Amino acid sequence: MADQETNSIAFVATEVIPESAPPARETGAVKWMRENLFSSVTNSILTLVALVFIYLILSGTVPWIVNGLWTTSSLAECREALAGKTGACFSVLTERWNQLIYGFKYPVEEYWRPNLAFVLMLVAIAPVLFFELPRKLLIVTALYPFVAFWLIWGGTILAPLLALIGFVVAGVFFQVFGRTNFALGFFGAVVIALVIWAVGGMLIPEDASENALLSAVPSRDLGGFMLNLMLGVTCVSLSVPLGIALALGRMSDMPLIKGVCVVFIEFIRGVPLITLLFVASVMLAYFFPPESTVDLFLRVVIMITLFSAAYIAEVIRGGLAALPKGQYEAADSLGLDYPQAMRLIILPQALKISIPGIVNVAVGLFKDTTLVSVISMFDLVGMIRGPILASTEWNGVYWELLGFAALLFFVVCYGISQYSQWLERKLHKGH
Amino acid sequence: MKKSVFFGALTVAGLAAGAAAAGTLDDVKARGKLNCGVTTGLVGFAAPDANGEWMGFDVGVCRAVAAAVLGDPKAVEFVPTTGKTRFTALASGEIDMLARNTTWTFSRDVDLKFTFVGVNYYDGQGFMVPKDLGVSSAKELDGATVCIQTGTTTELNLADFFRSNNISYEPVPIETNAEAQQQYLAGACDVYTTDASGLAATRATFEDPAGHVLLPEIISKEPLGPLVRHGDDNWGDVVRWSLNALITAEELGVTSANIGEMAAGTNNPEVNRLLGTEGTLGEMLGLDAGWAKAAIMAGGNYGELFEGNIGEATPIGLARGLNAQWTNGGLIYSPPFR
Repeated sequence: MADQETNSIAFVATEVIPESAPPARETGAVKWMRENLFSSVTNSILTLVALVFIYLILSGTVPWIVNGLWTTSSLAECREALAGKTGACFSVLTERWNQLIYGFKYPVEEYWRPNLAFVLMLVAIAPVLFFELPRKLLIVTALYPFVAFWLIWGGTILAPLLALIGFVVAGVFFQVFGRTNFALGFFGAVVIALVIWAVGGMLIPEDASENALLSAVPSRDLGGFMLNLMLGVTCVSLSVPLGIALALGRMSDMPLIKGVCVVFIEFIRGVPLITLLFVASVMLAYFFPPESTVDLFLRVVIMITLFSAAYIAEVIRGGLAALPKGQYEAADSLGLDYPQAMRLIILPQALKISIPGIVNVAVGLFKDTTLVSVISMFDLVGMIRGPILASTEWNGVYWELLGFAALLFFVVCYGISQYSQWLERKLHKGH
Repeated sequence: MKKSVFFGALTVAGLAAGAAAAGTLDDVKARGKLNCGVTTGLVGFAAPDANGEWMGFDVGVCRAVAAAVLGDPKAVEFVPTTGKTRFTALASGEIDMLARNTTWTFSRDVDLKFTFVGVNYYDGQGFMVPKDLGVSSAKELDGATVCIQTGTTTELNLADFFRSNNISYEPVPIETNAEAQQQYLAGACDVYTTDASGLAATRATFEDPAGHVLLPEIISKEPLGPLVRHGDDNWGDVVRWSLNALITAEELGVTSANIGEMAAGTNNPEVNRLLGTEGTLGEMLGLDAGWAKAAIMAGGNYGELFEGNIGEATPIGLARGLNAQWTNGGLIYSPPFR
């Protein structure tokens, strides 16, 4: 029995059985694929079809990019070097890099000026975009337009200085008189600024630009992606305040102001941007004497700004309309006057609601700046369609150039949209 | 007293207006620069190179005029114009002359009020086919599919040509030259038709240009030339005779290489008149005696401009054809310098 007892159980495991791995189909990549890619017959088919497509696309593009040439000096050389293999001719980007970025007429030795202006732009724009930064940086932002103008166009420093003085004096005047009497302060400031500019304009000597520290560069010589950026940044930053003013004007109780704003917004929205650009470039030339035309860049900036301001005004009006009536009444009951109520209560909330719409308009506007190529300004697309594709070396290179343009625009526009999402999350107060 | 002051003021105003309207020639001289309208980019005719210098056949005409008027072929402000903006730019005075492969037509000359001062390139609509097709004449194209840019005169010319030859075709409408290249190379059409110079430039960009031939038929007239505004005949003369000087120089064998010794005086009186060693032709135009010499030295005579920019030695490889001198059976012909 004792024997039997000791051997009553034929086998006893003396140690714990080691954990075996889970079945292959229930773990890791296989499980993930079973659940996500092949969970049903339809999904399996779709997965296989998608794989075929991905393979087709990659098998076309990867060798094209990997075999790409970066150092030849013409398309014919590219083809010779590739000898029938698939491969891109990225040499056009390296050889014409400066033309793609700065246009073909901006003086090469002055490239540091737009570069510096670009870096300063990042500094100037930072306090506007990120609220944690010290508010004193806003001084840089306020000075930036004048510095950038001087850097990019060069010429006498007196011109941007005069513009700055006009704004500063007008601002001080408004601060002093605008508190008691808004109309007096506002119109007085406008008149004072105009007087300063007119008088100062006469005081600046004719030949001031000739021996200036930075040589003058006419607007016609601007081009490339620089022109797109300049148009985009200038027009967006001008059209947001203008759009706010138009939106408030349209909501106003005063019939004249309301009427003017409604007519303006409806007219501009009813006209294609390209028509406005043609008016700016072609029609206005008939109205001015040949020697005294307003600068083409300025004309285009005005037209694009008016166009996007009308759209932004409607976006902001949507934000204003979305606010409960109680907010307006609350502002009134606190005894705030109209500017205070708008500045402290209404606009901060309305603008927060309007952010996605404003960003939408801004992104669209930035891409619309390429339309200036049809009025013979050489922005990025204009450079590609005109001079580069018309040169004997590079005629016939399409994918590389237009792909590059698409990439540049995508980077900027995606950046803008990511910022706006970050801003929305940040401003979200949970109510 | 008051009256005389009034009339005095009126006279001064009249003189000032007269001076202001004195003409484009004086404006250009006062400005020190010629504003010349060119295309935003057309292979061989006008395009800036990697250094931003404008090069091309039309550009050569601008430089010649600038050299004749101002003595400096670099004193040109090139104003790029599109097909849509070119005429308003000229009419509004933004540019002094337009050298932008513009076809001389009745309505442009008469209705739009421009003066075409001559022809610097005789173009015409042609056909390009792949060599494998084995076609040697456009009349053999019965039933062919043809890539054609919509909304152009080439579309109408094509219909006329096929109808008058009693053969049929299948049009493949396309929008731009770039699209046409892709469609044609992909085999979407057997034939591509547009201006012959454009066909040659397009073919030059193909991987295998020798695999495609231009058919001999030219089915339309497209005389391209520089133009100025109506109403300033003196300026029109300057541009016209600057172009004629280039043409005459080729006819008389004056090139940018031998112009130095020719200008010292030759036995040919017309060469002497052209180069200003005899006669007062420059003075009659309101220019100095060496105007034509400067124009020719700017980029060479007509033949040199042609060979350097679009001729057979360049990738574009256009033959002289109609654009040969009249002495060689072409149409390029200048009135005499006398």
